[in-house]
Amino acid sequence: MRVLADIASLIRSKNAGPFVLTFDIMFQSDEDYETVRRSGALSVDAFAKLYRVNPDTVRFFECANARAFKFSIPRPCVQGDPGDADMHGGQQFIPLMSIEIPEK
Amino acid sequence: MDEVRFIAAIGALGGGVHEGSMQEALRERPHFIAADAGTTDAGPFALGSGKAAFARDAVKRDLAIVMRTARHAQIPVLIGSVGTAGADIHVDWMMEIVREVIREHAWTLKVAVIRSEQNKPYLQELFSSGRIVPLDPAPHVDAASIDRSARIVGMMGVEPLQEAIRAGVDLVIAGRCSDPALFAAIPIMHGLPEGLAWHAGKVAECGTMVCETSGKGAILGYVRRDEAVIRPVGPGLRCTPQSVAAHSLYENGDPYLHKECSGTLDLSECRFEQLDDVAVRIIGSRFIPAERYTVKLEGAESVGFQSIIVGGVRDPFIIRQLDAWLAKIKAYIAKNVSAVLGNELKPDDYKIVFHIYGRNAVMGPLEPHPESVPQEVGIVVEATAPTQALATKIAQMCRQPLLHAPIDEWKGAITGFACLHNPAEVERGEVFRFSFNHVAMPRTKTEMFRTEFVTIGEAAR
Repeated sequence: MRVLADIASLIRSKNAGPFVLTFDIMFQSDEDYETVRRSGALSVDAFAKLYRVNPDTVRFFECANARAFKFSIPRPCVQGDPGDADMHGGQQFIPLMSIEIPEK
Repeated sequence: MDEVRFIAAIGALGGGVHEGSMQEALRERPHFIAADAGTTDAGPFALGSGKAAFARDAVKRDLAIVMRTARHAQIPVLIGSVGTAGADIHVDWMMEIVREVIREHAWTLKVAVIRSEQNKPYLQELFSSGRIVPLDPAPHVDAASIDRSARIVGMMGVEPLQEAIRAGVDLVIAGRCSDPALFAAIPIMHGLPEGLAWHAGKVAECGTMVCETSGKGAILGYVRRDEAVIRPVGPGLRCTPQSVAAHSLYENGDPYLHKECSGTLDLSECRFEQLDDVAVRIIGSRFIPAERYTVKLEGAESVGFQSIIVGGVRDPFIIRQLDAWLAKIKAYIAKNVSAVLGNELKPDDYKIVFHIYGRNAVMGPLEPHPESVPQEVGIVVEATAPTQALATKIAQMCRQPLLHAPIDEWKGAITGFACLHNPAEVERGEVFRFSFNHVAMPRTKTEMFRTEFVTIGEAAR
């Protein structure tokens, strides 16, 4: 079975301001985007389980015009607070790479 | 006017403006050049400390290129969020550079200087009238948070910029400023659609990051009655509908709705089309005017001073019991700090964080596999305390237990931690945290910003 990193052209995480982390998953073709969308593998619940966060804090968007999916969560540690170790939030996407995408 | 054209010189002034691309972009006879010079992305230090994140020489070089390009075409320049955080001290820093560049080119320029740092009595008054409200999520804020903050700035929208441009200046130096506002101000002033103007600014403000692959160059933006066009200028640069769409949702929690002082940019109905080999057309971006004018606040407060120790562990016996080993060390340190420094320091007054690289330092609580055991781990011990001297004392008190904490597998004295440096501790100085994620609701659109017009140069003497 393919995983998300096999299909997506870009998976990234980044600060959206100092208090929010945002995750973008993007595709080269409408077909790839649709394959992932139809699989239902990406959802608030899937993300919450993967990152062990409260699903009520997860926002999920399907953006067909950008061939992108987006998740946003409050930062577990505010950017730059003592204890924060990813100032730009750029290295938080890795668990998304291994999400299995069943063909439908 | 049916069209306003602009050059976005670079995503961050000081990052290396490409003069050749700027000259080439002038062929399109742009009406203005703008560049953002700040960000919170680097962290709270710039706002807290009053220092800039970019090297002064790099900012000066970029400003000189931008100004030479603009003087050639006799068009105005807008620079926003100067000195990284856009507080008054950063504006002063930038104005010194502006004066040097003007003097070295023997120009005489009319400059608008717009300040956006907020004075504390004013903010206290807003706070007690319920005019400071939290965004989601936001740290707890009370009257004391305002006093504790080293600096608080308000993020300006298009209005103060438009006032400056109407006065006919050659250069606008703005404190903290919405990045897209630098590009939206003039098109909106000329009656062009606000949605297209803000959207063009939103995708142009990071410079060539809107391209498929970013690189040396500049971005040309065209705002028209029914469309906006983004055209990269530079070797090998290309925008595609997807690259522009992707950048539209970059660094935003919500891909469709972008809050500004005067309303919300709504991208839910917008579309992107390839116009030619490298340019992209944007249509359908809307702007929903706000019922209340709001100004986003950014504040930074000191959390003390920091000293760190960098080192690592390779011993497999320690690594397989890393958490238990660390727990013993942390308990020993806490006891020792309390015994030695207990008179000056309560447990809440200081903080020691162990970042365990190889395990979960990078992702912290989000790490899905903290149990996996690597072959070596890096450890950064971060001690934060009210003074540098105390932070360093605490860091020093971390070194011995790390070095020599015994484990059952080895009999006799061990050295279980590899220090990178001598002295082991590195003094990091004062450190800060972001203290606000709030908006202010001023009584007028102008009261939070102060504009001064100055003529600088030979003819001004």
